[in-house]
Amino acid sequence: MTWEYAPAPESRAIANLKPSYRMFVDGEFVEGAGEPLKSVNPATEEVLAEVSTAGAGDVDRAVKAARRAHDKTWGRMPGTERAKYIFRIARMVAERARELAVLESLDNGKPIKESRDTDVPTAAAHFFYHAGWADKLDYAGLGPDPKPLGVAGQVIPWNFPLMMAAWKIAPALACGNTVVLKPAETTPLSALVLAEIIQQAELPPGVVNIVPGAGDVGAELVNHPGVNKVAFTGSTEVGKVIQSALAGTGKKLTLELGGKAANIVFDDAPLDQAVEGIVNGIFFNQGHVCCAGSRLLLQESIAEEFLAKLHARVSTLRVGDPLDKNTDVGAINSRDQLTKIQDLVASGEQEGAERWSSPCPLPDKGFFFAPTVFAGVTQSMRIAREEIFGPVLSVLTFRTPDEALAKANNTPYGLSAGVWTEKGSRILWMADRLRAGVVWANTFNRFDPTAPFGGYQESGFGREGGRAGLEAYLDV
Amino acid sequence: MSDRVTVSKTYKLYLGGAFPRSESGRTYPVADSKGRFLANAAQASRKDLREAVVAARGAFGKWSGATAYNRGQVLYRVAELLEGRREQFADEVAAGEGVPAKRAQALVDAAVDRWVWYAGWTDKIATVLGAANPVAGPYFSFSVPEPTGVVGVLAPQRSSLLGLVSVLAPVLAVGATAVVVTSQDRPLPAITLSEVLATSDVPGGVVNLLTGHTAELAPWLAAHADVNALDLTGAPPELRVDLERSAAGTVKRVPRVPTTEPDWTERPDIARLRALVETKTVWHPMGV
Repeated sequence: MTWEYAPAPESRAIANLKPSYRMFVDGEFVEGAGEPLKSVNPATEEVLAEVSTAGAGDVDRAVKAARRAHDKTWGRMPGTERAKYIFRIARMVAERARELAVLESLDNGKPIKESRDTDVPTAAAHFFYHAGWADKLDYAGLGPDPKPLGVAGQVIPWNFPLMMAAWKIAPALACGNTVVLKPAETTPLSALVLAEIIQQAELPPGVVNIVPGAGDVGAELVNHPGVNKVAFTGSTEVGKVIQSALAGTGKKLTLELGGKAANIVFDDAPLDQAVEGIVNGIFFNQGHVCCAGSRLLLQESIAEEFLAKLHARVSTLRVGDPLDKNTDVGAINSRDQLTKIQDLVASGEQEGAERWSSPCPLPDKGFFFAPTVFAGVTQSMRIAREEIFGPVLSVLTFRTPDEALAKANNTPYGLSAGVWTEKGSRILWMADRLRAGVVWANTFNRFDPTAPFGGYQESGFGREGGRAGLEAYLDV
Repeated sequence: MSDRVTVSKTYKLYLGGAFPRSESGRTYPVADSKGRFLANAAQASRKDLREAVVAARGAFGKWSGATAYNRGQVLYRVAELLEGRREQFADEVAAGEGVPAKRAQALVDAAVDRWVWYAGWTDKIATVLGAANPVAGPYFSFSVPEPTGVVGVLAPQRSSLLGLVSVLAPVLAVGATAVVVTSQDRPLPAITLSEVLATSDVPGGVVNLLTGHTAELAPWLAAHADVNALDLTGAPPELRVDLERSAAGTVKRVPRVPTTEPDWTERPDIARLRALVETKTVWHPMGV
């Protein structure tokens, strides 16, 4: 007999949701001059809170506050002291982990098990790791006594709101920079709770400033002449606009952009384990992952068997309430993103790929999309070339390792790749030749502050994490 | 003074390991520092540049896939051949740059030494820039630097040999391949360098040297979708911002280089090596 899961919802009261949130500038929460935005729970379409946004003069005020903080306190502070502040942030994020996880799931739509087990712990870990670097930068291999760049303008996406804030803020602070960060328009809440933590950790005013808003605020920030360093995570399209806008300014830039990762399964791979990895690779976080394994390359001899196993497994994924601890796939972050996914899926059907979608029930309201697998995909199809950023997998086949490699590398992107085989020499052969910044072998979607992450080619440049990640925030 | 009439050289492009004229049939006169005619150089066209990128891309797999030890030996071999041609280079540098013979010789010596310095780096870059990552979980994770791909280089305009070597050798040391637009007015040492490269063990296509008008060629190089990085050291100042903007069209790496030509005799650091590598992180689970 089949045992049905009973709902196991996390209490939304834990999020301590407030009716309104304000910008964080120069150590204070202040009203922005912009039109307030309404942050929506994508699982219910209800308004969660009103958030003030940066308007005329606000970005400038934030950048000036950051400059003052850099020149007067943070930039001159001994690394040992900076470290202790950053350690405090790490601890306080961990202390409020459950609250942050629930808030993140409410605002973003991701399953609570992911915000609880990945987003929040990884954010805390990034602060903890980088705190330790603050007084050891001489040992980073970038020359003696490396200096900070100054004010960092940072723009982050909506897919991992808190985690991306941590990836950006932690190394910047450790290296002695001050920060003005713009969270994504649809997911500003966790960054503003992080601001509260930063205030409680008693960081000097202006060291971290959070300015919510839409793309225009981001553009104003990265183009502000008082900014010395720009870090952006988001689409390749916007990344190119930023790189172009920064031409000739001398600002140091790092970009973490889109991807179209190949996840390659050889015939000798342990198939059940590989199925789990493929599912994680594309359906983790609703596929809203720049490094998602969105192209599955199957060796021809196992393709049929593997697809059957994959369909069976995907059919068991529970799609629904992000706060339910049993939920595997949550809500698509916004109506816009849902429309984009639907368009690309329609193009896949029109171009002749065979669509299979999980027969799972979907909630009546909110933005949801059933996990979908396209077979018979060819390289010229849009669903094989364009980043879908949703729970949609494109399946292609290959016969030889050379063919797998050629197909995997046949993209202007180069963020990540996956290889599934029992043969060690083949893993290393593939890992050596895949043109991607991260290669996961017999695993997928692993992140750690000690392991550099970032792309080749049009997936961007610069790294986050590890010693390599420090270079982005030092004048070297 | 001998009565003998000298045999003068026809200076051509270096493209895919061969020495063609420009497909456009164009040449331009090269003068010494006092304005006296030295030679005609090939004036490369957009099509020559595109051929050069194709050659560089074609050579990338083999060169980047060679062992670091092998690349080091090949580059050291280039230094050996440079050493043997010191006199010729010194004459060309003296004529083109208008420096006294002794100074020209010192610049050539520094160029040979610079090449040796970079040759020794090939098998140390991964040690210095790579890492074993102590991740919090049962995984083996390591990071290695890899060559970024095809590098477009606008060579320094003033320092015709030492400057050129200082920007080209790091490209080769990391395992990348190069399309170089040489100094416009002082191209002759670059062409002689290409003769050295052709007779050393550097595979054809790894280095492609184009003489011609920098302002004509640079925009095509900056916009080319199969170029991964762009070194703007020798860019005409008035074009620099446009070139950077154009490079953004395919998210090219544009290393931070000084806006005015630096003193190339100063001791280099590894900034150029760092700028031309990508860090790749590999993960595998640990277990029984």
